[in-house]
Amino acid sequence: MSRDKTNQKSIRSMIQENKSSRSQSAVMEKVVPKIFLICAIISIFTTIGIVFTLLTETFTFFNRISIVEFFTNTRWFPFTSDENADFGIIALIMGTLTVTAIAMVVAIPIGLAAAIYLSEYASAKTRKIIKPILEVLAGIPTIVYGFFALTFVTPLLDKIIPGGISIFNALSPGIVVGIMIIPMIASLSEDAMNAVPNSMREGALALGATRFEVAMKVVLPAALSGVIASFVLGISRAIGETMIVTIAGGSRPTADINVTESIQTMTAYIVQVSQGDTGYGTTIYYSIYAVGMTLFVFTLIMNLLAQFISRKFREEY
Amino acid sequence: MPLINKESVKKRMGTRLAANGFAKFLFILATCFSLLVLGVLIYRILSEGLPYLSLDFITNFASRMPERAGIWAALLGTIWVMAVTAPVSFILGVGTAIYLEEYAKKNAFTKFVQINISNLAGVPSIVFGLLGLTIFVRLLGLGSSVLAGGLTMSLLILPVIVVASQEAIRTVPREIREASFGMGATKWQTIRRIVFPAALPGILTGTILALSRAVGETAPLLVLGALAYVAFVPENIFSQFTVLPIQLYNWTSRPQEDFHMLAASGIIILLIILLIMNSIAVLIRNKFHKRF
Repeated sequence: MSRDKTNQKSIRSMIQENKSSRSQSAVMEKVVPKIFLICAIISIFTTIGIVFTLLTETFTFFNRISIVEFFTNTRWFPFTSDENADFGIIALIMGTLTVTAIAMVVAIPIGLAAAIYLSEYASAKTRKIIKPILEVLAGIPTIVYGFFALTFVTPLLDKIIPGGISIFNALSPGIVVGIMIIPMIASLSEDAMNAVPNSMREGALALGATRFEVAMKVVLPAALSGVIASFVLGISRAIGETMIVTIAGGSRPTADINVTESIQTMTAYIVQVSQGDTGYGTTIYYSIYAVGMTLFVFTLIMNLLAQFISRKFREEY
Repeated sequence: MPLINKESVKKRMGTRLAANGFAKFLFILATCFSLLVLGVLIYRILSEGLPYLSLDFITNFASRMPERAGIWAALLGTIWVMAVTAPVSFILGVGTAIYLEEYAKKNAFTKFVQINISNLAGVPSIVFGLLGLTIFVRLLGLGSSVLAGGLTMSLLILPVIVVASQEAIRTVPREIREASFGMGATKWQTIRRIVFPAALPGILTGTILALSRAVGETAPLLVLGALAYVAFVPENIFSQFTVLPIQLYNWTSRPQEDFHMLAASGIIILLIILLIMNSIAVLIRNKFHKRF
């Protein structure tokens, strides 16, 4: 009898517990999605934060330096007295574009060739060895590449190039930025080529084409949108690259480019200012936001262009 | 009359095969170039860095004298920043991924969030530094503290974690979800007990790889105003700090050869840390990854 009672009690309490836990879980069902939604919204706030901070501080900057002068003046000498200071971003843009161009000359042929080799020639076994090594190369911090550019590539170029090269120059960081981007172009291009169906390759091979002809006349045209998108993303990475150009590129902004001489990129300028003792509220302080804004717009256009190319010109099989 | 002129095909065959062989040679050469660069890079760093590498180098503070300089402050600074970045970016990243994969309806807002994340991934890291400088350092008044640095880094690697987590969640098959629903589990119970555990190895792998990127990142923290010369260890999340890459940058940018060798020693430590993190990530991927 007494045992029965306790049993009843426990069943009742079980039902009670079940009820309360059910109402608890009903609350959870409603609250949890909201919490996750907030997480998702934070990523939007990050973008808004970036655009908002860049815009407001850039606006303050343009109140002091006219926007026309900013985009037409070719001299960038901010660290003199206020009346003599020049804020012509063309000098910094030229530095950035020079490094980017050199990087692309290195990265596009080598990256694409590696991608063709991996997707069209290499056996599965070779690919299994080479791909992780490329991943390692992609994972090396840029500060290490910067060190490599300054202490190895620059002295090497100094020996090779007749007439020598200055310690800080555009060529060495350009080459090293290119090396840094090779894995990215190689792996993105290879993905695009792997997406081309095997039946197309086999069809061409059956008609008597060599592997090279298959790669060049069948696979590459079919994968072109993805390949070009990888180039554009590579350009975007090169434009935004900071440490390599800061360490090995120097800090002499100039619009007439000589690749063996010191230059300054947009990113390197931002680092230079934040390393110095520039006070909050000075024109120089605001100038890093104007430069940052220009940099942001450059990379954003490149990223959108890459998305557009891979979406618009994709061949579906 | 034959459809194929065998003579002309035969004549061209030699050049075509030669072109194929030559091109293959060039492609292999290009691939080997990357491997060669990696080899030279590692050789250079080991040959320059090993002489200064010792236990004292790890436990000493930075110093003006190369033979007494060490990376203790930088090493602990990196650990402190990661201690902030890891939980913040993990919670935000996985939360966003679960929302996008499990809860979000297919509408304009979801698409916008998705496009926004892929665009954030392409923003240069130095721009995140400007964001952190304005919002965390100045607006919220955190100063150039561990907290400000950690939060900035969290936002920087957030897109990587979101994308990796989304992919991991997507590999969980619909059947086991439906089985869970069929047994009466609610949506949140299914996510918490079925989907999340199944996706966890993939999520962890992605998170560790993202964190290893943050460990090597220099530019945003330089812009935030992280110190370059530090002779103390952070005491709490509001302390000023330096991190390993910034210490390396500081040594690299000095003209003396001795400091370059110090930088190389520091790079060895940094690469060892990254190697360990990546190995753990690969280990998790291989060991715990379930195939459905």
